Amino acid sequence: MPINVLMPALSPTMEKGNLAKWLKKEGDAVKSGDVLAEIETDKATMEVEAVDEGVLAKIVVPEGTADVPVNDLIALIAGEGEDPGTIQAPAAAGAKSPEAPKEGPKDAPKEPPKAETVRADGDAQMSYARSNEAPDAAKAVNPAAGQPSAPPASGGEGGRVFSSPLARRLAKMEGIDLSAIQGSGPHGRVIARDVTEAKAHGGAKAPAAPAQQAPAAEAAPAPKAAPPAAAAAPAQGMTTEQVKAMFEPGSYEEITLDGMRKTIAKRLVESKQTVPHFYLALDVELDALLALREQVNAGAGKDKDGKPAFKLSVNDFVIKALALALQRVPNANAVWAGDRVLKFKHSDVGVAVAIEGGLFTPVIRKAEQKTLSTISAEMKDLAGRARSRKLKPEEYSGGSTAVSNLGMFGIKNFQAVINPPHGTILAVGAGEARIVAKGGQPAVVQAMTVTLSVDHRVVDGALGAELLQAFKGLIENPMGMLV
Amino acid sequence: MPDTYDVLIIGAGPGGYVTAIRAAQLGFKTAVVDREHLGGICLNWGCIPTKALLRSAEIFHYFQHPGDYGLTAEKVGFDVGAIVKRSRGVSGRLNGGVGMLLKKNKVDVIWGEAKVDSVAHGDQPGQVTVTGTTRAEAPKGAKGTGTYQAKHIIVATGARPRALPGIEPDKTQIWTYYEAMVPQTMPQSLLVMGSGAIGIEFASFYRTMGAEVTVVEVLPQILPVEDAEIAGLARKRFEKQGIKILTGAKVTKVEKGADSITATIEGGDGKSQRITAEKLISAVGVVGNIENLGLEKLGVKTDRGCVVTDGLGRTNVPGLYAIGDVAGPPMLAHKAEHEGVICIETIKGLHTHPMDKGKIPGCTYCQPQIASVGLTEAKAKEQGFAVKVGRFPFAGNGKAIALGEPDGLIKTVFDAKTGQLLGAHMVGAEVTELIQGYVVAMNLESTEEELMHTVFPHPTLSEMMHESVLDAYGKVIHT
Repeated sequence: MPINVLMPALSPTMEKGNLAKWLKKEGDAVKSGDVLAEIETDKATMEVEAVDEGVLAKIVVPEGTADVPVNDLIALIAGEGEDPGTIQAPAAAGAKSPEAPKEGPKDAPKEPPKAETVRADGDAQMSYARSNEAPDAAKAVNPAAGQPSAPPASGGEGGRVFSSPLARRLAKMEGIDLSAIQGSGPHGRVIARDVTEAKAHGGAKAPAAPAQQAPAAEAAPAPKAAPPAAAAAPAQGMTTEQVKAMFEPGSYEEITLDGMRKTIAKRLVESKQTVPHFYLALDVELDALLALREQVNAGAGKDKDGKPAFKLSVNDFVIKALALALQRVPNANAVWAGDRVLKFKHSDVGVAVAIEGGLFTPVIRKAEQKTLSTISAEMKDLAGRARSRKLKPEEYSGGSTAVSNLGMFGIKNFQAVINPPHGTILAVGAGEARIVAKGGQPAVVQAMTVTLSVDHRVVDGALGAELLQAFKGLIENPMGMLV
Repeated sequence: MPDTYDVLIIGAGPGGYVTAIRAAQLGFKTAVVDREHLGGICLNWGCIPTKALLRSAEIFHYFQHPGDYGLTAEKVGFDVGAIVKRSRGVSGRLNGGVGMLLKKNKVDVIWGEAKVDSVAHGDQPGQVTVTGTTRAEAPKGAKGTGTYQAKHIIVATGARPRALPGIEPDKTQIWTYYEAMVPQTMPQSLLVMGSGAIGIEFASFYRTMGAEVTVVEVLPQILPVEDAEIAGLARKRFEKQGIKILTGAKVTKVEKGADSITATIEGGDGKSQRITAEKLISAVGVVGNIENLGLEKLGVKTDRGCVVTDGLGRTNVPGLYAIGDVAGPPMLAHKAEHEGVICIETIKGLHTHPMDKGKIPGCTYCQPQIASVGLTEAKAKEQGFAVKVGRFPFAGNGKAIALGEPDGLIKTVFDAKTGQLLGAHMVGAEVTELIQGYVVAMNLESTEEELMHTVFPHPTLSEMMHESVLDAYGKVIHT
């Protein structure tokens, strides 16, 4: 019997590879450890070593062949006492090997990497201990145009939800919508464990509330309206197993997701996938603002404990300036609402607050009407309660824009992800001394870079620029904010 | 340069050889090391040869009551040597079969005692040293002593009989299952210490073959892991057959005479008695084979004689895995096989889940047979379930009557709230072949409804499984 040389799996996730080059030719003697061929995957080129001794009798897959499935016959080695000349590739194996060297991987439609366990031609690769792979359909992109790729919940619209009898009964008893749950059973079947987990996360009530009912809840710990199974899984990403296969077991610690992490993951993926972002950056000078801030803070009265009644931060000015800028450019004070735009009268400005394990974005309402000291006091209160996770949902819902400030970490500039359904978000960098040309002379000024991320559906380039100009004007002439 | 494998498995028992074959299917270059026999205890000294012995006993039992079936049989007798020879022959045949399966799957067999010197670190594979063994000759084609390298090392070394201090097995008068499986003559009298599956199966075998048998169990119930009602029914049957059963009793001393042992037994009531018997079978459980493998040096975490794993076979030492008996209870061949497959598929990076140990069935092949899966009624209540319990007796089943097996019970335990089948417990003829129906139902998460809507073939014993479910919901027909 000739020895079959099969297309090797060079990594746990490899499904097919290109046969780049044969280093032995038919008739060459091979011994264990000899390099037979080079295989090219999307990641690397690797060598195929001979495991057995003999004579390379037949090359079944010629070099230059692309996309040879793992475990396909690529060559035959004649063992001891066999005549290499008489060895033929079995017809079936020959027919099976892809004869399409022209069709390189780049031409092929880009399909998501399928887990090894769903390979149709690799039954031996199927886990029979417990095959829990969701079917391909569950991974497919939601066909509805413009919709976010649907998280792989178990039931499509009106489709059948595969579920165990016990899961169905539990769901009925708990009033949980089965179709909103991603099944972890064989072929994506919803099993009892999935229902109890959904219940534990307090979600997937039937009927599931529409997502836009929970606006700006970016960092809300698992809002009731979000189906928890969906929240956990940004669509189309690699599966847990695929990611884990990349690392040596034991070299990492697995951290389970809390509701906040799931919500952040879900909402920001949704934002990046559905909101057409563009970015506008502008340098603003701070000398006037810093001087005013010092003056105002120095003049602050004492409270009953003898402490200053307020201490304005640069960020307080930024909030106020953005709020006033939105009043001056009212068309930018708007959000996208599916089939219409909602334009607001007041400036409700969200402020991202980093907390242990995530962030919240509490909203300063009617910030344009509030004094700097009021904004400052409100922020102090909101940030404090955010850190102890005591904010009420209505305190971090709504708003048409947000401020995200990483200046205190020395970050020069960055682009923030819009927090749906906001129309914009302002990313604020560090204030620093910079040398600029003033009147043809170098001058040292305090300055910072701000970057506005804009939802192009609501705010076009010129409008966004106008908003940023108004903001710059207010920051650089801060007295205007006091009146 | 030593041979290098992707996977090296220590122990070719049911866990080890199944894992090896699965590893080969997954494309791993695989070797399995054993020092004594392919197929392990299960196939050579456990599950399989005892079934052969018990089959002889069962047929002998029928021969003793031919009139029940309108038959006559005279001069009924047995030949101990021939019974044992048949049992060994069954093991031998299957042992050869395992060798063939391994060869067919290109799994290398290495013969000897294995010791893990190191585990894989980065690109450097782990190393195992195999030294010679005098226990058994190597099968044809096996590799010999030396050092071998492997990226993944799986410990599947199984377990051995536990010995109680002062009552250590001596191979002549105090037996373990090894000696009990190959008697040269039938003992006239026998004391069995321990009433788990092993103890009860030997008690049943030797009683059927005519020995005076006494079973001593330290717990208040025989077959301690089984449902109390089922164990109680079994006990009545055993006692009717003439087996003497002492529960809540402990063997405190064993004195050896010339041809007998005399055991001092303290009852739960504080009274002590002395029982003399020709042989004593020690069947007080098994302990994991964790010694002399180099595990201590590697810092492998163990607990009560077993290697601690994470449910997917991984130990605290990366690159080292453990499955089967050595990885902890329940110490059953089918658990080992399944655990091994989960382990190797995890290594491969497939999507695996830890085994649900609550859905592993257990079977005891005494007469009557016992089979169960899931929670007993008591355990279910202890866990806070409000339960619905169904019962159906063999006396109500046509097939059972026709077989001449009217004694037995099938009991089902449901969660009253959700209808989930929590457990099933059976005693009676052929129940070991019935239990799997409920195991499938539990794994599919059936409720009472699906079980009620399932059509069971008539006439079969399985109809009782249907009726037991119906009984739990007050819809039983034939009682």
